[in-house]
Amino acid sequence: MSEPAITARQAPPWRRRTAAVLRRLLGAVAVFWAVATFTFCVQSLLPGDRAEMMLNVASGTLVQASKAELAAVNARYGFDQPLSVQYLRYIEALPRGDFGVSYQTHRPVRDMIAEQIRPTILLTASALVLAWVIAIVVTVTTAGRPGRLSRFIGGVQVATAVAPPYWIGTILLVVFAVRLRLFPVEGDNGLPGLVLPAAALAIPLSGFLGQVIREEFSRVLEQPFVTTARMRGMGDTGVRLRHVLRHAALPGVTLSGWAVGALFSGAAVIETVFARPGIGGLLVAATSSRDIPLVTGIIVASAGIYILANLLVDLAYPIIDPRLRAR
Amino acid sequence: MPADGVPLLKVEDLRVSFGRDEPRGTVVKGVSFTLHPGRCLGIVGESGSGKSVTARSIVGLAGLGGFVHAKTIAFNGHSLIGQADRQWRRIRGRHIGYILQDALTSLDQLRSVGREVGEGLELHGVTRSAAERDARVVELLTSVGLPDPAIKARQLPSELSGGQRQRALIASALALDPELLIADEPTTALDVTVQAQVLDLLEQTKARGKALILISHDLAVVSRMADEVIVMCNGDVVEQGPAAEIFARPRHGYTRRLIDAIPSAHRRGSRLAPASAPRLRVAEEVRPEAVASGPLLEASGLVKRFRGPDKILRTAVAGVSFALAQGETLGIVGESGSGKSTVARIVMALEEPDEGYVRLNGLPWTGIAERERRARRRFIAMVYQDPLSSFDPRWTIERIIADAIPDTEAHRPGRVSELLNLVSLPASHRGRRALDLSGGQRQRVAVARAVASRPNVIVCDEPVSALDVSVQAQILDLLGDLKRELGVSYLFISHDLGVVHHVSDRVLVMSGGEVVESSEADDVFLAPRHPYSRTLLAAVPRLPIAPAA
Repeated sequence: MSEPAITARQAPPWRRRTAAVLRRLLGAVAVFWAVATFTFCVQSLLPGDRAEMMLNVASGTLVQASKAELAAVNARYGFDQPLSVQYLRYIEALPRGDFGVSYQTHRPVRDMIAEQIRPTILLTASALVLAWVIAIVVTVTTAGRPGRLSRFIGGVQVATAVAPPYWIGTILLVVFAVRLRLFPVEGDNGLPGLVLPAAALAIPLSGFLGQVIREEFSRVLEQPFVTTARMRGMGDTGVRLRHVLRHAALPGVTLSGWAVGALFSGAAVIETVFARPGIGGLLVAATSSRDIPLVTGIIVASAGIYILANLLVDLAYPIIDPRLRAR
Repeated sequence: MPADGVPLLKVEDLRVSFGRDEPRGTVVKGVSFTLHPGRCLGIVGESGSGKSVTARSIVGLAGLGGFVHAKTIAFNGHSLIGQADRQWRRIRGRHIGYILQDALTSLDQLRSVGREVGEGLELHGVTRSAAERDARVVELLTSVGLPDPAIKARQLPSELSGGQRQRALIASALALDPELLIADEPTTALDVTVQAQVLDLLEQTKARGKALILISHDLAVVSRMADEVIVMCNGDVVEQGPAAEIFARPRHGYTRRLIDAIPSAHRRGSRLAPASAPRLRVAEEVRPEAVASGPLLEASGLVKRFRGPDKILRTAVAGVSFALAQGETLGIVGESGSGKSTVARIVMALEEPDEGYVRLNGLPWTGIAERERRARRRFIAMVYQDPLSSFDPRWTIERIIADAIPDTEAHRPGRVSELLNLVSLPASHRGRRALDLSGGQRQRVAVARAVASRPNVIVCDEPVSALDVSVQAQILDLLGDLKRELGVSYLFISHDLGVVHHVSDRVLVMSGGEVVESSEADDVFLAPRHPYSRTLLAAVPRLPIAPAA
């Protein structure tokens, strides 16, 4: 296809860019609203009387509560209102992070999540950074080189990509904590306690990211612009770091939004393996005791973080690939 | 500066091989030459002749797994053989500049033009501050004639036009004012007028006393620039000597064939490929069924507008009309962006025109439902520039061709053999896949597929632009034979004026979506009336001598 020859006036770049950012933000808000609505629908469709369930959870017994007791609970939590009113209240409370009170502890769900989500976010973020560091170091040093070592490392990356985190976590635990006593076995004790669980999550992800980056890296190494840079007198390391890495990182960045979701769910298991506090343990406890407000709160909060991560990836993309900005 | 008599570059018996498979893996088999400042060496040959590898070996970048042997590679009297990578890096960019073919892929898409041009300055520590570098980059971009250099320096390569990109690439190679500039197919992807500007730029560099190695498959380009010429074929130097002599009196048969294969005016109707090349064999009468009198294809007042990414309407085709008669070839020439490919898509009814209409075989062709067109699609076929991307790579040749044979055809396998025979492909190729064929063979398959449905009209969109000149000659001969034997008509689109002149009876010259000139082929090419046609023709490099007919 030939491109039309006539050039035309365009809106100033900063305005187009702001408009693009606003569109993304609006999209993220819409997705978040849809998730919250979906969660509300599911919880209202759950079988069983809500008030009865609450009384049972709170008392820890299974007795038939009296009509008066149930009516009091229904009135207090608004369960006697029509569903549409309940939905409006739920959505209205959402921006404040208000999901009501836990059936079990009678504390606000918001406070409970806030306490437990910090270690999980810390774990997830360190795992993501660590995974990127491992993937980049391994790829930049070995990709596109002839010989057995490069092929072997590529194979190792594939193997780690398919290994489950809890399995790697258990091995790390036995080797580095139990045998070598380099790191604490369990618990939340600052940086030393973070190393092993973060590594357990990061190693499979680094294999996965590495595989994607590696393929692109080898392809870009053969591109004419890389040859041109060499023809200007640039060395191999310079070419890899200054030209190829940026191109090769692009598919990895796309994957990172998804990776945050995978890490979040992986963290729930790893937190159990290493007996760390975190949202994973909280969710397991809330689900098994049918603590509906707490479950709802955790689901919506996790979805929010996932949406936020993808929003950040979308916004970061044009920084790495300026072609998107120019458009 | 070297003393008098000491050449800038001296290469003796250069051999390059890949892998341990010595005889078969050898791609350069003994190249020797000397080059003095202010002189230009042209290296000519078809793809796979070893001309690019020769040039790359001079800067120590023959490629992964390449073994370079030579008696001498001396630059300014210093031997380059066996030096360490660090020493190579000091020479690359600083003393020897290199320009690769495609500027779009030769500039980093994710960095600004200015950073790419300034990279050499930074690497060799010539400029001390970023501000000094930026100033030098703007100077360089000005020197290669780029408009608004300060703005262009901040833009991405993809925001520049093809010619601007190529100039920016040349600026980046000239950044450190190297004594030797190697240009590998510097104008192949460019329109003729842009090509002329880029060649002017290289000529100025040469006039400043710089040495130039120009690699090209285009003999006319080389003849314009080179003082000495090396003709390469399969890694061998088949002929070497002063340019004027080689083009006037080629001694080797291969050089002769390369020159003869260039399509030009007075060879119209004659064959381009040597007599030994495969020829059309028509086994039986396969003429398309006769149609009503009047033009086969008629286009009237075609207008097509596209909405760009910025939501603004641009007119790609602005009122194009033409008629194509039985057995006639209508050529459409124009530069990229002239709207010629859009016309092809409208004629193929892949695109509905915003205004105007197309009639095929006297019946409406546009403005009707695709369902009504489907039965008549077989009367019009298309040959694309890149056949590989128009084939399913997993299909065999047999399946690709059989797919285009209408259901009404009685004996399909027999018809496939017939078609393969028609385009001079051996029957043994029917089980192969497109990836296993050469570029010329693929284009033969594309032609076989196009004639499979016995069409009256074949639309050819740059059918030979991706081919070497000798393969191009064979395909043009094939199209010519099919026209004579089958009586098909062609709508032949190309940016190559020589090719269009060779094949066409009548020609449309397009510019900015409009037809600026429409006439008999000879009138357009020998006595152009419109200023644009004249500019276009003046920009075409020509061989100094007319090849013998």
